Amino acid sequence: MITSFIFKALDRRAIWVVGALVTLAAAVPACNLLLPANSPLHISNFAITLMGKYLTYALLALALDLVWGYCGILSLGHGAFFALGGYAMGMYLMRQIGSRGVYGDPVLPDFMVFLNWQELPWFWLGFDQFWFAAIMIVLVPGTLAFVFGWFAFRSRVTGVYLSIITQAMTYALLLAFFRNEMGFGGNNGLTDFKDILGHAIQSDTTRAALFAASALSLAVAFLICSGIVRSKFGKVLIAVRDAETRSRFFGFRVENVKLFVFVVSAMMAGVAGALYVPQVGIINPGEFAPANSIEVVIWTAVGGRGTLIGPITGAVLVNAGKSVFTAAFPEYWLFALGALFVAVTLFLPKGIVGAIMAAKTRLSRPPRTSTTNAAPEAAE
Amino acid sequence: MTKAAHGSILYLDGVSVSFDGFKAINNLSLILEPGEMRAIIGPNGAGKTTMMDIITGKTRPDCGDVIFDGEIDLTCHDETDIASLGVGRKFQKPTVFESHTVWDNLELALNRDRGIFATLFHTPTGQDHEQITKILETTRMVHKSQELAANLSHGQKQWLEIGMLLAQEPKLLLVDEPVAGMTDAETVETARLLREIAKDRSVVVVEHDMGFVRDLNVKVTVLAEGSVLAEGSLDHVSSNQSVIENYLGR
Repeated sequence: MITSFIFKALDRRAIWVVGALVTLAAAVPACNLLLPANSPLHISNFAITLMGKYLTYALLALALDLVWGYCGILSLGHGAFFALGGYAMGMYLMRQIGSRGVYGDPVLPDFMVFLNWQELPWFWLGFDQFWFAAIMIVLVPGTLAFVFGWFAFRSRVTGVYLSIITQAMTYALLLAFFRNEMGFGGNNGLTDFKDILGHAIQSDTTRAALFAASALSLAVAFLICSGIVRSKFGKVLIAVRDAETRSRFFGFRVENVKLFVFVVSAMMAGVAGALYVPQVGIINPGEFAPANSIEVVIWTAVGGRGTLIGPITGAVLVNAGKSVFTAAFPEYWLFALGALFVAVTLFLPKGIVGAIMAAKTRLSRPPRTSTTNAAPEAAE
Repeated sequence: MTKAAHGSILYLDGVSVSFDGFKAINNLSLILEPGEMRAIIGPNGAGKTTMMDIITGKTRPDCGDVIFDGEIDLTCHDETDIASLGVGRKFQKPTVFESHTVWDNLELALNRDRGIFATLFHTPTGQDHEQITKILETTRMVHKSQELAANLSHGQKQWLEIGMLLAQEPKLLLVDEPVAGMTDAETVETARLLREIAKDRSVVVVEHDMGFVRDLNVKVTVLAEGSVLAEGSLDHVSSNQSVIENYLGR
């Protein structure tokens, strides 16, 4: 059963992607650590962290594509699951600081000492253990997605209404996490991390290892997504996306189908957030900003939704573009991003990868007399 | 629950439903025997589609009994449950999964466990293959099996949807205006398909096209303003004075 799932997941395209990611996970750290700084193939510490960050974004976009591209659920709140995973990792990292903080308290993080708190709140317990934090990284976003999805999908909230309430969800969390009384560092969030699993977080080897972990996590997530969309369940997802009522009248429990895929996607987003935080060194409520979640939608649309490779390509390309662009013309980036989204929607409705795949099939097949547009729009 | 429902496949008694004060269905009663095929005719707004919505769980009646297979009260189940119990429904506008191939459409419709994990770890069996091939032959779509459903013509989509309903293996099949917008040749082919289907299940066909109803040669129920006006053979109902006034005469 499980073996057939994995076997189906590994089609030719998946083998390529997973192979490339595993190679990256080995080659990039090697180029960073083993080659001398003057070698042309040397990858700087700055670059490796930047690339690692892109890969976590790619994982987030992949998670979004699973619900949006395949099941038609346009979530404008995926940044919330990403941020929750990030906070869970941040809490672990905070507790690793121990007595090395500014106030030197062996248990309480600096911001709690500053707020005159006497003891650790109950929800911070257990986060000194990595295994506990690792469970929370998937459990907390998964639970939120489950509760949210349970109500939303059962009440048959779809389309733009669903998008709006996901946006409201992330905005509510943004406001909540800004409050000092919440116990997550308020406005400043969590930062000043020292160690991860006993290794200094700033060291070259840790940075390289975090890059490798990001690449491998992305590979595993790609395999899971590929397995899902190539199974019969994946066909059900597309059926629900294209004709929800029809699938309901064939006896599919549409709300459960959506709930399952939404929870899986939220968990992946949580893992992405957890890998992001140690590489950028901070997590604050800004990660819940509605604009962040909308950016993820843009990466996915640019790369090509409903293709799995598309969101990864889109996330890396758009963010690389952002790094270059914000350095050259810092004040114009948002205009460029907006223009990009408009251009892609108008000229490449299936994204970069979608357009390439369509061109390929057109070349390999003899021209037909009637070619109707096959894939209907998934949500708005 | 009523004793009278015993032995019937579908039993409607005193069903009423109103939308914003408009009575779409008014004290409707209807009994369908197992294996029977029934044609339902009536003017626009007679409540034909609303009746199907009530049977399939899309609309809840304000009052009345809707009993399936002699004992199952359909008013306390939703669309998914009712579909799993064995009621299939063909929509007026052909509705198929457009970005799937004809084969995949049929595979999805097959009467198998539709749970999340059952579908996630599903491996196609020889039986699946055999059943899909058989349906492709019945609907004469063998050569189209790898075609995307979006690329089919209107008539072919209708047949695919009927094929999908065959795959679902329902005990009762509700068909809403199957020949609307079809050419004459396609209409003849559809009548053949429906008669084939009716061999081993109960079928309710809602139709406007009198020629098609005559082709089916089955008992006819005439609906008007949400209730039954007349019932019997087509010749019998078309000689009924109130039917002529309400429907045919217009």
